[in-house]
Amino acid sequence: MTFNWDLVWSSFGPIVGGALTGTIPLTLASFAFGLLLALLVALLRLSPNRVLSAIARFYVSVIRGTPLLVQLFVIFYGLPSLGVKLEPWPSAIIAFSLNVGGYAAEIIRAAILSVPKGQWEAGHTIGMSGTQTLLRIILPQAARVSVPPLSNTFISLVKDTSLASLILVTELFRNAQQIAAFSQEFMVLYLEAALVYWVVCLALSTAQSALERRLDRYVAH
Amino acid sequence: MSPTDPVDASLVLSARGLTKSFGSNTVLRGIDLDVRRGQVVALIGPSGSGKTTVLRSLNGLEVPDGGTVAFGASAGSPGGKDLELDFGGAVGKRDIAALRDRSAMVFQHYNLFPHMTVLKNVTEGPVQVQKRPKAEAEADALRLLSRVGLAEKRDAYPFQLSGGQQQRVGIVRALALKPQLLLFDEPTSALDPELVGEVLSVIKELAEEGWTMVIVTHELGFARHVADEVVFMDGGVVVERGPAAEVLGAPQQERTKQFVKRIQHEV
Repeated sequence: MTFNWDLVWSSFGPIVGGALTGTIPLTLASFAFGLLLALLVALLRLSPNRVLSAIARFYVSVIRGTPLLVQLFVIFYGLPSLGVKLEPWPSAIIAFSLNVGGYAAEIIRAAILSVPKGQWEAGHTIGMSGTQTLLRIILPQAARVSVPPLSNTFISLVKDTSLASLILVTELFRNAQQIAAFSQEFMVLYLEAALVYWVVCLALSTAQSALERRLDRYVAH
Repeated sequence: MSPTDPVDASLVLSARGLTKSFGSNTVLRGIDLDVRRGQVVALIGPSGSGKTTVLRSLNGLEVPDGGTVAFGASAGSPGGKDLELDFGGAVGKRDIAALRDRSAMVFQHYNLFPHMTVLKNVTEGPVQVQKRPKAEAEADALRLLSRVGLAEKRDAYPFQLSGGQQQRVGIVRALALKPQLLLFDEPTSALDPELVGEVLSVIKELAEEGWTMVIVTHELGFARHVADEVVFMDGGVVVERGPAAEVLGAPQQERTKQFVKRIQHEV
């Protein structure tokens, strides 16, 4: 097989462009919404109210028990039959946010539970309310614990956004796919797409290490 | 450090008939406790006697099933209470918050906030809860920290301190709230033996300054030195109470005698 270097160079622009205008914004938006949702779900899950906690458990169970691709298709291709028509981008952001919400909720819940009970009591004894203690004492400590697993979720999400190509979102993989179909150079294009995903994830791993070091500054080594 | 008022006869705290069960395990069976301003009360007793639960109830960290707790300039008289909680009735978040306003707890395991510097640990309550100006709270905190010899550790994180230093910060964190009542839950039990002295001497100074304190402790020698009154608990009831020298020096009840003897043998 001869490698078509001209094609590599000419397709580099659209593929990296797809990462910058598709994959990365889709990942960032979905992760941000997903984290907020996850925090809410984790708190509901920890709530003494059994109904709220059951609702949260059910949600997590559905998200974790069904394929992401199916979730994506239900929202984009399924909802229109209920009269809800969403464009590709909003559909993708909703689906990925809901998905991150389910997975990250369990991570955040475990991280909150890992903070010793004495920290809640110390917050209370200085007069803080439950919410104040949660925000100022518990969550900052839970954040440190949850950075490594949340980074895994984040990096998985970068790669999972390639599924959005199947609901017509223009992103890295869809651009690669279209050039590949046109040029019939599948190996070149898909290897190139893989390489760009890998570089993005590598950069994120580096950022993760830096963040972990920063959050570790107040623990003994 | 205030207050420096001489001991007077007015009650700061008056608890009556406190009861508490955890499931089928009854830990408090009707506890009465009076604390006068400037008084140091030591709660002693074997583990499982309920002494820590009494202490935690005073700070709302446990909510008793029954009984009353009153705080005030003269909590014993009907007009002198500024807070009275009846745990037999409905007790809400506001009631518990009001109770916590009156006292501050020093924990056995310090429970400092690991993600905050020493200074932040101390100013967090005054600034975030009491809404005092940050500069004023920090000046106060530094004054208190230098009192316990830790001013130069203001920017250190708790993990960089020894257990004795952490507990001194824990004490300062409680003092900074300017509570009516300081509560100590076995403040030296988690410390290496050589670090116990530095913490006890701080508590002793506070007693001399006139702070009102309730201390759960196994250090009977210390209790004898510092406490005005010793309350011996066993099985969820108060077995014996009185001046420290009497309860520890010449106990009347058989259970107290055995306990004092056993602890002294261990030491």
